[in-house]
Amino acid sequence: MNPFTELDGLVAPLDRANVDTDAIIPKQFLKSIKRSGFGPNAFDEWRYLDVGQPGQDNRQRPLNPDFVLNQARYQGAQILLTRDNFGCGSSREHAPWALEDYGFRVLIGPSFADIFFNNSFKNGLLPIKLDAAEVDELFRQCEASEGYRLKVDLAAQTITRPDGQSIAFDIDPFRKECLLNGWDDIGLTLRHADKIHAFEDRRRAEHPYYYS
Amino acid sequence: MQAQTLYEKLWSSHVVHQEADGTALIYIDRHLVHEVTSPQAFEGLKLAGRKPWRIGSIVATADHNTPTDHWDLGIQDPVSRQQVETLDANIREVGSLAYFPFKDARQGIVHVIGPENGATLPGMTVVCGDSHTSTHGAFGCLAHGIGTSEVEHVLATQCLLQKKSKTLLIKVDGQLGRGVTAKDVVLAIIGKIGTAGGTGYAMEFGGSAIRALSMEGRMTICNMAIEAGARAGLVGVDETTIEYLKDRPFSPRGEQWEQAADYWRSLHSDEGAEFDKVVELRAEDILPQVTWGTSPEMVTTVDGRVPDPAAVTDPVRREGIERALKYMGLAANTPITDIPVDQVFIGSCTNSRIEDLREAAAVAKGRTKAASVKRVLVVPGSGLVKRQAEAEGLHEVFLAAGFEWREPGCSMCLAMNADRLEPGERCASTSNRNFEGRQGAGGRTHLVSPAMAAAAAVTGHFTDVRTLA
Ligand code: SF4
Repeated sequence: MNPFTELDGLVAPLDRANVDTDAIIPKQFLKSIKRSGFGPNAFDEWRYLDVGQPGQDNRQRPLNPDFVLNQARYQGAQILLTRDNFGCGSSREHAPWALEDYGFRVLIGPSFADIFFNNSFKNGLLPIKLDAAEVDELFRQCEASEGYRLKVDLAAQTITRPDGQSIAFDIDPFRKECLLNGWDDIGLTLRHADKIHAFEDRRRAEHPYYYS
Repeated sequence: MQAQTLYEKLWSSHVVHQEADGTALIYIDRHLVHEVTSPQAFEGLKLAGRKPWRIGSIVATADHNTPTDHWDLGIQDPVSRQQVETLDANIREVGSLAYFPFKDARQGIVHVIGPENGATLPGMTVVCGDSHTSTHGAFGCLAHGIGTSEVEHVLATQCLLQKKSKTLLIKVDGQLGRGVTAKDVVLAIIGKIGTAGGTGYAMEFGGSAIRALSMEGRMTICNMAIEAGARAGLVGVDETTIEYLKDRPFSPRGEQWEQAADYWRSLHSDEGAEFDKVVELRAEDILPQVTWGTSPEMVTTVDGRVPDPAAVTDPVRREGIERALKYMGLAANTPITDIPVDQVFIGSCTNSRIEDLREAAAVAKGRTKAASVKRVLVVPGSGLVKRQAEAEGLHEVFLAAGFEWREPGCSMCLAMNADRLEPGERCASTSNRNFEGRQGAGGRTHLVSPAMAAAAAVTGHFTDVRTLA
């Protein structure tokens, strides 16, 4: 996994609640057996006017001018502002893969769905929860000024606005360490292989019926 | 000893290691695998030169991409076929406790085959790269969906990194009215607490109305815990649970059965156990439900109307409703029973078990599909369900009513195979998600119970099933 430390990035607003992972990456693209290449189909049904199919040349497809991420001012955005319950629904990790492949590294919103939140960290994508009022203000500022950028500093756990105001955010210490260092979870867990073996031996003795 | 919730019992019996900030390594007993979320995990494992930790924990099937008719022709879509063949190859290479491939007699939706084969047992931790893994919590086990990175993590380490959830008890006391099913109960719960109401919680369902449900009904309810934001749904073990599991293919036998059943009887929340939050509903207040929007919380009763956004003050909510009505092609204040349907889908891991099919057949019996309804798909959850239904003659009821009787799979729940809605088509569906495009780009989904779906099929519009004597 790529480490995440700091980012000074362009911000885009996605002003709707309950954005589900079916919307982030529709099912026809889940047939891929790869982890990469989902970016051009992120938000496919909102982003294009036609119905997307795997294997198309997406550059040839008609864009939906009403979809916010298609606006010229948000091209190259790396930070996405979201509303409540972003990433709800299906557990598909293709959703963070698509967002990351699209170019996003940070998501800021009042709440995220659990599985999506978890999946994001595994892919170097940082979801940040802030108070609804703080998020409202970011939406307001972002929509009011073209080229709106935020600075995100993971080590310091701060977001800095263009007006100089700094906003602190919370993150689990363990997740923070992993993200800062780009650690591979599996490698970390396997350091405890002896403990896992011991647990398993005990469980097998106490509850043999889970092992037959 | 202090009174414990079921969740606390399950959690504490699986902690292998704990970090200073509370992140714990949780041992996983059962790993269910399907073709869509596993290929990248198997590939990652191979690239890192790692082997699966415990092959005996793996139970796999192909369900999302498989066709539901013309099995003789195989899988026509080459991309789908490649995904299913990739699973075949991966399981062949690494091994498993059981694999139910495409066309196997016991193939089916992963959340149907686990329980019916006794591969899901009380007291286990159960994971799958699929959010509806919450279904299995109906058996008093800790079950939840995981992402593909976590699938790889479980394959490699038999563990997951987790933080303990808060606990939420949904208590439904009383007696459900005639024509009101588990699906209506869970839709009513989601309507009450919202799609994020359970976020961060393990959601236990209790109360006399839940106790009175069959295992099928409990699975329907736990299945949709994720639709209320909770990764895990739970129901405590009782004699209904134990009775269901007796003599299933992977259930323990003989002395081990006695030993297991003794332990399982302790798997319920203790009297006086404290939950972080409690929500109560009265069973008598719950009526047949129909969703009208693009999120499962956008739901009302069959005697209700489509809401009027003009009456909503919160701007984010109002815009959400306006957008949903536009997508759904519905006018504010329309009575639910005035909404016509183009297709009906009876199936999915929410409602494709034998009891669901019986409920739908009871309504379809002696009636026929309304002429205005283009298609009614009945898709059993597994090969075993299909054969049981055929032994009971349910398929004949469906066929006589002009419904289609298909092979098992996920089908039009997410339309990864050929079963899907055309843009603008409206569907009464027994599945779990009414998101935009879920059943086909531009398709419009209304979530209902199997009985309500059958009622819509025979009348051509939403109909209170209780009025069909
Ligand atoms: S039936 Fe639907 S919700 Fe269930 S596993 Fe299949 S696609 Fe997912």
